[in-house]
Amino acid sequence: MIDTLEPILKEHSFFRGFSAEHVRILVGCASNVRFASGETIFRSNEEANRFYLIREGKVAIEVFVPGRGALTIQTLGAGEVLGWSWLFPPYRWNFDALAVEETRAFALDGRCLREKCEGNHDLGYELMKRFSAIIIERLQATRLQLIDVYGGELAK
Amino acid sequence: MGKEVVQRSDLDALFEALKRRGYRIVGPRVRDGAIVYDELSSVSDLPEGWTDEQEGGTYRLKRRDDLALFGYAVGPHSWKKFLFPPALRLWSAERESGSFTIHAACEETPPLAFIGVRSCEIHAIAIQDRIFQEGRYVDPHYKKTRENIFLLALNCGQAGGTCFCVSMNTGPRATFAFDLALTEVLDGSLHYFVVEAGTQKGAAILREIPHRPAAAREEEGAERVIASTAARMGRTMKTDGIKELLYSNLEHPRWNDVASRCLTCGNCTLVCPTCFCSTVEDSTDLKGEKAERWRKWDSCFTMDHSYIHGGSVRATSRSRYRQWMTHKLATWIDQFGTSGCVGCGRCITWCPVAIDITEEVRAIRGEEGR
Amino acid sequence: MIGENPLIPEPWIVRRVRKETRDIRTLELGPSRPETSFLFSPGQFNMLYVFGVGEVPISMSGQPGRSRTLVHTVRGVGAVSCAISRLRPGGVVGVRGPFGSCWPLEQAKGQDVVIVAGGIGLAPLRPAVYALLSARQDYRRILLFYGARTPRDLLFAKELERWRGRLDMTVEVTVDSASSAWRGDVGVVTRFISSSEFETENATALLCGPEVMMRFAVRALQGRGLASEKIYVSMERNMKCAAGFCGRCQFGPTFVCRDGPVFSYAAIRRWFETREI
Repeated sequence: MIDTLEPILKEHSFFRGFSAEHVRILVGCASNVRFASGETIFRSNEEANRFYLIREGKVAIEVFVPGRGALTIQTLGAGEVLGWSWLFPPYRWNFDALAVEETRAFALDGRCLREKCEGNHDLGYELMKRFSAIIIERLQATRLQLIDVYGGELAK
Repeated sequence: MGKEVVQRSDLDALFEALKRRGYRIVGPRVRDGAIVYDELSSVSDLPEGWTDEQEGGTYRLKRRDDLALFGYAVGPHSWKKFLFPPALRLWSAERESGSFTIHAACEETPPLAFIGVRSCEIHAIAIQDRIFQEGRYVDPHYKKTRENIFLLALNCGQAGGTCFCVSMNTGPRATFAFDLALTEVLDGSLHYFVVEAGTQKGAAILREIPHRPAAAREEEGAERVIASTAARMGRTMKTDGIKELLYSNLEHPRWNDVASRCLTCGNCTLVCPTCFCSTVEDSTDLKGEKAERWRKWDSCFTMDHSYIHGGSVRATSRSRYRQWMTHKLATWIDQFGTSGCVGCGRCITWCPVAIDITEEVRAIRGEEGR
Repeated sequence: MIGENPLIPEPWIVRRVRKETRDIRTLELGPSRPETSFLFSPGQFNMLYVFGVGEVPISMSGQPGRSRTLVHTVRGVGAVSCAISRLRPGGVVGVRGPFGSCWPLEQAKGQDVVIVAGGIGLAPLRPAVYALLSARQDYRRILLFYGARTPRDLLFAKELERWRGRLDMTVEVTVDSASSAWRGDVGVVTRFISSSEFETENATALLCGPEVMMRFAVRALQGRGLASEKIYVSMERNMKCAAGFCGRCQFGPTFVCRDGPVFSYAAIRRWFETREI
């Protein structure tokens, strides 16, 4: 199973620039997963030990607000990365994630990766670089959403 | 056309000639402690024997020790109050059978004769001509008023305390767009005007006034007057590269400095002879059956000027002063091909806190002193 | 249609009013005089006058080729726009126009066209989409990215669905926030710029929306390698005369009513990036 994953894994945009050796290490922590439309991927406060590289489909990140119900903060699609709470303690999800459509993804074992990164700092640095970029981009997008450009005073 | 001489004592004939042609004569007269532009019926309405003392934030009238008719610089009014009136009805409308009809306002007014237009003011009028007549659209009211003006220019015999027309290449000698140009000469007991006709219209008026060809010494007298004025400018402004200077200094710390002084009162825009910003007011009568649209002077210093849905683009006084000065000296050049400033000094004189545009430019250039 | 005096409005009659969202209406107008004919280019705007209330600049949002119909999409924010929104069929609107510059549809021929719209910014772009689709063979890819506040604020939703269903056009829609009942995308509209396929060496981008959104979209497009000369934005400023006289719409050395509202980013970048200009 792991052998056949490697070529497919390498195609995912997340792995662009990784050395062959690093890809092999990551493949050791990877598995193929599938979520049916409407299926919950993870729930807020559950242990966060995986992250997902979405191959196909659409995932919604939600937060439940009492009185307002479940609100979708962001949707992610093919090529995008879901989940970074596995990086730092307490390793717990802060939001809910569910598949809006039938979704296929690579699941990477966070615990396994954390151990590998402690032992191989080069790998750790490559992973950190990519995650930082993702988080920065997500933060900038969130800030834009936060200032509510289309509503009220700033609306066109 | 050679230069002629008209004696001061014969000047009333000029007024009579203009009145005969149906002109409404406007020019300088003393009112409320200043020399303003208003109706004139004869030479005796002119500010004979008066002069002005101008400095940053200061304007005083003082008595001269001679009887010069034009012995002062420019006051708070400019000729734009006639060509681009402070309040103008654009049109009126009536509701009828589910729709409405609009009637463009077209008041017939007598043609105007401007008496004593300074060279800087001629440049200012030419600048406004470009805005209102030479763009994509033509302002019909401006065009109609402008084409019938009789323009009597006056080569300044007195430099103002805040003048810098020499720096801006706009004076003190009138060189274009005048029907007649006068230079006032007081020489001992002699008091005469050296006159130059600029158009056939001007020459025709001159023919109805007692005049004779100017003698060499009289022409020299006029030249001395003009040269003396040019040598006594109250201010200077270096204009080379000023557009790029301001374009590349939009965040210069000096803007914060001037913002701490500027009251955004808008005086500078009111007295400036080239400022042209306006607003529009729509109103109805109480029954809602008749409507009117009026155009009124406005200023880029108001919060209204840059207001779009919920806020002003230029909310701070810093941004508004920067807009005014950058427009006047820099973006105007890209818009209309010339500077918007004619060096008349009014903005310096009439600013209540004496902000000096020439000093602000020097500060941004990084130069000290005057 | 501008007559001798560009400052005099012409009465047009409201034929239809369509409620697009809770505060946005689209009005379809017909001329009050049978001989009137009105042509405009996508991106241009009219000054719309409500008797005795005032005038506002509103872009045309309908088909450019219909000479006896004007379509305007209006959001009620102030006295005049609210008065326009309250008009019903039979009501009268004063029209002055067309004014302003237009989307560079000629220059975009033979290229990919990337359209990024935010909020009501889709309205001034709709005539461009119509024009592009009616000459479809003159362009390569057409991509439309649209972002709005919430699903209820999506403008022209049915039309978006129709366009999305076409095989020769890419349409991506997202909202800033939504309840979990929404099955579409949630996130900023700029994300589509990073992830979509188009030829950056041979593309023209048309942007319309809040200035902040356009700024981020420009960055994202530049990040993909689009030259500033190929990115076009639609600017908005206070306007009273629309004829270059009142001075209020100045944006650096340009007059938005005359040199804009459509500008190439390259031409105005210094002013666009300066605060409070």
